[in-house]
Amino acid sequence: MKKAIITVLGKDSVGIIYNVAKILSENNINILDISQTIMDDIFTMVMSVDIEKSAVDFGTLSKTLEDKGVELGVKVIICLEEIFNSMHRI
Amino acid sequence: MLSNYEIVETLNMIEKENLDIRTITMGISLRDCCDSDVKKALTKVYDKITFLAKDLVKTGEDIQTEFGIPIINKRISVTPISIIAESSDVDNYVEFAKVLDKAAYETGVNFIGGFSALVHKGYTNGDRKLIASIPEALSVTDRVCASVNLATTKAGINMDAVKEMGIVIKELAEKTKDKDSFGCAKLVVFANAPEDNPFMAGAFLGCGEPECVINVGVSGPGVVKSALEKVKGADFATVADTIKKTAFKVTRMGQMVAMEASKRLNVPFGIVDLSLAPTPVVGDSVAHILEEMGLEKCGTHGTTAALALLNDAVKKGGVFATSHVGGLSGAFIPVSEDAGMIDAVQCGALSLEKLEAMTCVCSVGLDMIVVPGDTSASTISAIIADEAAIGMVNTKTTAVRIIPAYGKKVGDMVEFGGLLGHGPVMNVSNFSSEEFIQRGGRIPAPLQALKN
Repeated sequence: MKKAIITVLGKDSVGIIYNVAKILSENNINILDISQTIMDDIFTMVMSVDIEKSAVDFGTLSKTLEDKGVELGVKVIICLEEIFNSMHRI
Repeated sequence: MLSNYEIVETLNMIEKENLDIRTITMGISLRDCCDSDVKKALTKVYDKITFLAKDLVKTGEDIQTEFGIPIINKRISVTPISIIAESSDVDNYVEFAKVLDKAAYETGVNFIGGFSALVHKGYTNGDRKLIASIPEALSVTDRVCASVNLATTKAGINMDAVKEMGIVIKELAEKTKDKDSFGCAKLVVFANAPEDNPFMAGAFLGCGEPECVINVGVSGPGVVKSALEKVKGADFATVADTIKKTAFKVTRMGQMVAMEASKRLNVPFGIVDLSLAPTPVVGDSVAHILEEMGLEKCGTHGTTAALALLNDAVKKGGVFATSHVGGLSGAFIPVSEDAGMIDAVQCGALSLEKLEAMTCVCSVGLDMIVVPGDTSASTISAIIADEAAIGMVNTKTTAVRIIPAYGKKVGDMVEFGGLLGHGPVMNVSNFSSEEFIQRGGRIPAPLQALKN
């Protein structure tokens, strides 16, 4: 398993999860966990995914999600999970 | 499972507070590249660098894409060229600088450091030739950085070298006068130079270092400032603790990137340099951290104390976050590369004298200081001597990167562009140090070094 974290930040609207999940499904990426909350008045969705069997390379996936974010008026960021673990877990 | 708060905190540090990895620097030993035939030596140097560093830039870019953390610079440091070139039967080492420059272009790195000589106790023939070659070498190349170590706590200060470097810096300023004497921004003079420094212009690979090694320099002044904004008015223990916690998080990033780069490049990990390296971008300034502590402007009374606390807390927080610490480690205070420092100089709050005091407690020294073009070589030498004395007596690294900008006078601005920023021309003393510098010889090592 190769875990990555997708974060969506911005204004809530209909279909954000659907649109992100659609891209993941099309690229053979399994969703492990989803949570969403409002932080400092900003809609925040965090998704844990397994990209080990991804049909596309990381750079392409990242760009596809980013472009979809622009279309939906939100910011979509994907990073490997290790960056968060390294900062917040000893 | 990570909390949403933790994930968003990290993303905010990167997006809003300019957290980045300032440099991944590959150290490459060139000790097996010496040859009496200069052509063969140059070929060996070029081939070795371009072979070992061929994937460095791509690896840095891949890590940036996958982990989402910007990696600003990918660089190379090499064995001091005076050691490599002195086996070759030539009088001038400019060709070595040219071949380093060519290798930098081929590998895609933005700087290559190590056109260097270590002369703290005296010169070899190679050291002498290298130093004499610096003005031409740095004016005919773009990406080569040079450094000279002319003092250590154990050896004292080589005042002959101090004298010569004043002349070399003036000559280099003249040779690059059409670019505001930019050449001088690529030359640094050290006391107690570290052998594993990943930062330019002073990076070189020391003789005690391995064949090839990955050293990483972190940054994050904006992150520290934002953290301090949340503890306004709190006492200094709280300030120090806040900086330590922030430095810990920043350094963990550096450690992770260093380990990842090391694994992908199959090159051993050396050190993480725990640094707060500013850039001219607003929100990435060390001066603004000091001001956040309660100083109206960086440079006013209290600045040295604030910097001492900052420098120490950065190290304490960072040390626990990485397996090996090295390089310069601490807060940098380059004037032209820090928006807050530039402001402080322009409004008259920050003088060269105060900067000198600050270098007693910061990680490096007088960095990216622009002085009038008519500053004499002996005055520049005397500034170097003062800084070397601070390093020697306090058993710390100090450095001078000074630009006597050709044709400029106090109050003018000099544009370097990019990360090197722009610098206001600062005032120097009008009283002469000429006779002092003309003495030459060595200033003996201070007693504290004789502990054996």
